[in-house]
Amino acid sequence: MHAKRSAVLFAWILLAPALLYVCAIVAYPLVDTFILSFTDASLKKTTNWVGWANYDKIFNETFAEVIIRTFVWTFFSVAIKMIIGTFGATMLNAAVPGRALFRVLTMPPWIVPMAIGIFMWGWMYNGQFGMISGLLQRFGIVDGPVAFLAHGSTAFWATVITDVWIGVPMVTLYMLAAMQAIPQDLYEAAWTDGAGRFYRFRRITLPLLVPSMITMSMLSLIATFNSFDIIWILTQGGPNGETTTMIIDTYRTAIGSKKYGEGAARAVLICIFLSIFCLCYFRVTSRLASGEKQ
Amino acid sequence: MREPAQLINRYRWYEIVGIYCGIAVFLTFVLAPFVEGFLVSLKPLSQLFSSPYRFIPENGSFEAYRTMWESVPGFARYIFNSFFISTIVTTVVLCMVVPAAYAFARFEFKGRGTLLAAFLAVNMFSGAVLLIPLFRLMRTLGVLNTYFAMIVPGVAFLIPSAIWLLRTYMMRIPRELDEAAYVDGASHFYTLRRVILPIAMPGITVVAITTFIGSYAQQFIFALTFNAKSEYMPLPVGLFAYFGRQEVVWNELMAASFVGIAPAMIVIFFLQRYLVSGLTAGAVKQ
Repeated sequence: MHAKRSAVLFAWILLAPALLYVCAIVAYPLVDTFILSFTDASLKKTTNWVGWANYDKIFNETFAEVIIRTFVWTFFSVAIKMIIGTFGATMLNAAVPGRALFRVLTMPPWIVPMAIGIFMWGWMYNGQFGMISGLLQRFGIVDGPVAFLAHGSTAFWATVITDVWIGVPMVTLYMLAAMQAIPQDLYEAAWTDGAGRFYRFRRITLPLLVPSMITMSMLSLIATFNSFDIIWILTQGGPNGETTTMIIDTYRTAIGSKKYGEGAARAVLICIFLSIFCLCYFRVTSRLASGEKQ
Repeated sequence: MREPAQLINRYRWYEIVGIYCGIAVFLTFVLAPFVEGFLVSLKPLSQLFSSPYRFIPENGSFEAYRTMWESVPGFARYIFNSFFISTIVTTVVLCMVVPAAYAFARFEFKGRGTLLAAFLAVNMFSGAVLLIPLFRLMRTLGVLNTYFAMIVPGVAFLIPSAIWLLRTYMMRIPRELDEAAYVDGASHFYTLRRVILPIAMPGITVVAITTFIGSYAQQFIFALTFNAKSEYMPLPVGLFAYFGRQEVVWNELMAASFVGIAPAMIVIFFLQRYLVSGLTAGAVKQ
């Protein structure tokens, strides 16, 4: 019995540094955010308790728009990532020469410093001289230059596409790993029964991929909801706030205008949404795991 | 008689054409910004700012790769900062993660599952959500505008996936090894240092690489918010200052970007096998 107790003690000693560190840098700030959201903290020396005033202030029409925009932005980004990623994985899963190289070539957007990838997109979206506008003009799809980042609706889609681009490698490699985990004998059995390639894909690959798709969508949802760098570098939330998501809005309020209290209230709302997503994620994955065992 | 697997994977010519077309479309989307960025870095500025758009540079040269060192005075310093910050972050993360992962992989204690889930839940908060209290915390600690302002928060957000990844690796080490050492009278600490660490070295290397890449790739928001001194800026933020200007010297910016991503590219090509397992392992439920 004594040996077991010493083992438990040793385990806690091993855990202590990481645990204390994460408590200090993540858990404590989280609590602090909640406390700050009820104060008028700013650059002033004094900080007063203001109750729900910050929350009353943010629930207005613009903020409702920001919330809806955040969800629409996130939804499209995740959906497009999943579609392109699953498509890419299907292609890369085919046993053709060169597939090892193709797999390596999907990785750069994920591995290079995010900001630098976004600079490149910034140039591609340039209206006067950028690639996309230039090619669209050459093929006669548009008449004049299109400054993608200068108009609300195009800027919205431009930021979505860039976010998709950064997220696609992760989705692709994850879905590829999931496809390769499907037992080969299923395909062989179906092939023996005369099932064609497309039929096998529809009846074996796709159904068995559903759990991985759900898991990946949830992870992607959480990451995308938090997306900051892309919008900040490309548009800083503009033009006219048309690409302002909740994260950008919080950053502007807290760091731009130095209204820490109001910013914290916004951050709390983000945390609530994220917690809901996270709970769903744990629920879904544990259900999927128990489903597999049966 | 050939194996069924080989027969299944035999494609007709139109299937092969279809697959390669699909791959081409997919890779075009993934790689277009890099190709365009590289071509831009070769074009003289006058050609860049001319209509109609031309994809292939005329009289392309590596001129921008030379002039950028003068136009972006802190460039060498930014690259050094990026490497310096990533190296320190990786070292600190490893020091905390190796013992923690071992504890999660081997010991039974109350609340282990909950604690592991709590660590993973850290992943759901980006730094952006916690920026305000972190800013106040950094101010209280007096580390604003120093390297620490970027290192301290950077470490915290890389710990969870590193623990998860290394725990998975350590669980595959046969338990008999620990038990044999224990029976021989070795202490827990001795077992960890002399038995587990040497065997787990490949796993630790993978974690080190992924942590380094993660830290190198994500130096933006903390560096943007907690540090205003250009001598401490990592590359992405240093270049962002130029990106934000009215007159962006695009060919030099792209040349600088390519020099900045070169380390990551080299890592991809040499270590991609480890990277794939490493980067997706955090997401795959064991």
